[in-house]
Amino acid sequence: MVWETVIGLEVHVQLATKSKLFSGSSTTFGAAPNTQANIFDLAMPGTLPVLNAEALRMAVKFGLAIDAEIGRRSVFDRKNYFYPDLPKGYQVSQLEFPTVGKSQLEITLEDGSTRTIGITRAHMEEDAGKSLHEDFQGQSGIDLNRAGTPLLEIVSEPELRNAKEAVAYLKKLHSIIRYLGISDGNMAQGSMRCDANVSVRKKGATEFGTRTEIKNINSFRFVEKAILHEAQRQIDLIEDGGRVVQETRLYDSDRDETRSMRSKEVANDYRYFPEPDLLPVVIDEAFIEAVRQELPELPGAKCARFVAQYALSDYDAGVLSSTRALADYFEQVVAICGDAKLSANWVSVDLQAVLNKQDLEVEESPISAERLGGLIARIKDQTISSKIAKTVFEAMLESDHSADEIIESQGLKQVTDTGAIEKLVDEVIAANPEQVEQYRAGKEKVFAFFIGQAMKVSRGKANPAQLNELLREKLKG
Amino acid sequence: MALALSDVEKIAHLARLHISTEDAEEVARRISSILELIDQMQGVDTTSVAPLAHPFDAVQRLRPDEVTESDQRDYLQKIAPATQDGLYLVPKVIE
Repeated sequence: MVWETVIGLEVHVQLATKSKLFSGSSTTFGAAPNTQANIFDLAMPGTLPVLNAEALRMAVKFGLAIDAEIGRRSVFDRKNYFYPDLPKGYQVSQLEFPTVGKSQLEITLEDGSTRTIGITRAHMEEDAGKSLHEDFQGQSGIDLNRAGTPLLEIVSEPELRNAKEAVAYLKKLHSIIRYLGISDGNMAQGSMRCDANVSVRKKGATEFGTRTEIKNINSFRFVEKAILHEAQRQIDLIEDGGRVVQETRLYDSDRDETRSMRSKEVANDYRYFPEPDLLPVVIDEAFIEAVRQELPELPGAKCARFVAQYALSDYDAGVLSSTRALADYFEQVVAICGDAKLSANWVSVDLQAVLNKQDLEVEESPISAERLGGLIARIKDQTISSKIAKTVFEAMLESDHSADEIIESQGLKQVTDTGAIEKLVDEVIAANPEQVEQYRAGKEKVFAFFIGQAMKVSRGKANPAQLNELLREKLKG
Repeated sequence: MALALSDVEKIAHLARLHISTEDAEEVARRISSILELIDQMQGVDTTSVAPLAHPFDAVQRLRPDEVTESDQRDYLQKIAPATQDGLYLVPKVIE
């Protein structure tokens, strides 16, 4: 039996405001417990919410970036449920009139093909606090620092068909929110969280199967694993004659499995109703235009420009435009050295390898764009060969010196003086009469041996093109 | 619309309220009478009336994104029944 997986994602993005959605408490990550939870966040009687203008602006910015309908009149609602980390007993969210309405997102898969995924909506809501269940003499500890932090919940249509598509969709969203600067998108710290609605059905069926919701997915890798695992669990269950139960499941990354979270509960009934403490939010044309003016060039547009302006391949342009920081870095390097192709290679291959190895973001790169640009400029003007450049690059990792300083202090300048290279070639030929015989007898392969010898003697500094030419000439005899 | 006793039990559970069996019938009767009133209101033709989100004809005021609150944990935790390491302690919640 061939099965098809149907996935819809709910992505919670923590908006990068300084203060909370409805109060002036700080949103800084990692503060001591409850030091950022004030009377509003604790739901003390008599306190009233006032909407954070910046959070609204960020939500609208996201809406404009994905070309969505913007809710000119959005309404906040109360979503009622009891949990100790939700002091008010309800979460202020948006149900019928969200700030961001329908849109769609084009995702690119590993094989280069694209798919368009519908976005149902993106609504603003407040986050809950955190419950800690260990080590409190049989009690739970509650930290309300996160309570009231602004979130944008982006809801997709159930149009994703496998785990890889879900990852591609999530990465695309991640890239957009980071470009817009509306969130740091740090999944480990919970600034971007993902719930996946997963169901399976026989291939070709038009009805959806019963879905489960997987919560607690906090990395791109886990999204893929959690979905794969859950889809397989459902298939096994059905093939064994069982039935999928609609429930919330938790992904346990240590065991790579999902387990039931709230099956025994009475079905959720959030009893939504309009939040009487907040008036409808009206967004006028001027507000939208002001936000539109701030939109940066987005990943798709930047990628297309890189292909057109720098003659990069689609692949290179895609890699270099994946984050705004990397794209900026690349463009800075190009501006300094004047060679886009070389810059693309050095940034996406050599530098990226170092960053991956040391687990750094490009913002934390041990080699600044100025220094890398300076290095590539020396390859371009033939002061050093590409090979020597690797040596200089390594040396730059170990120090703060510029490429010029390293080339100078280590005497790595390429030898382009024909006389000097000629002398070198003569030496190598004189020292290896046997190989000269072989070459002249037609054994072309020996040529590489001579290049190797000459490079060794010159400590890699001989200009490769000149060396090649002179060697061929001299070996002719 | 009359409310069954099982409905009362379900609503009470969602609201985390304890309602004794003796009281349940009275509660059911009272809520039913509220629902009757709503039924009556449902009869009004509202096709030409836009849904009302708020009784006031005004729009939400916005506040600038500024941190205006300072750390008042010690003060606020004075009224909490139990705290430890800065956390509020509550009866264990198991997921």
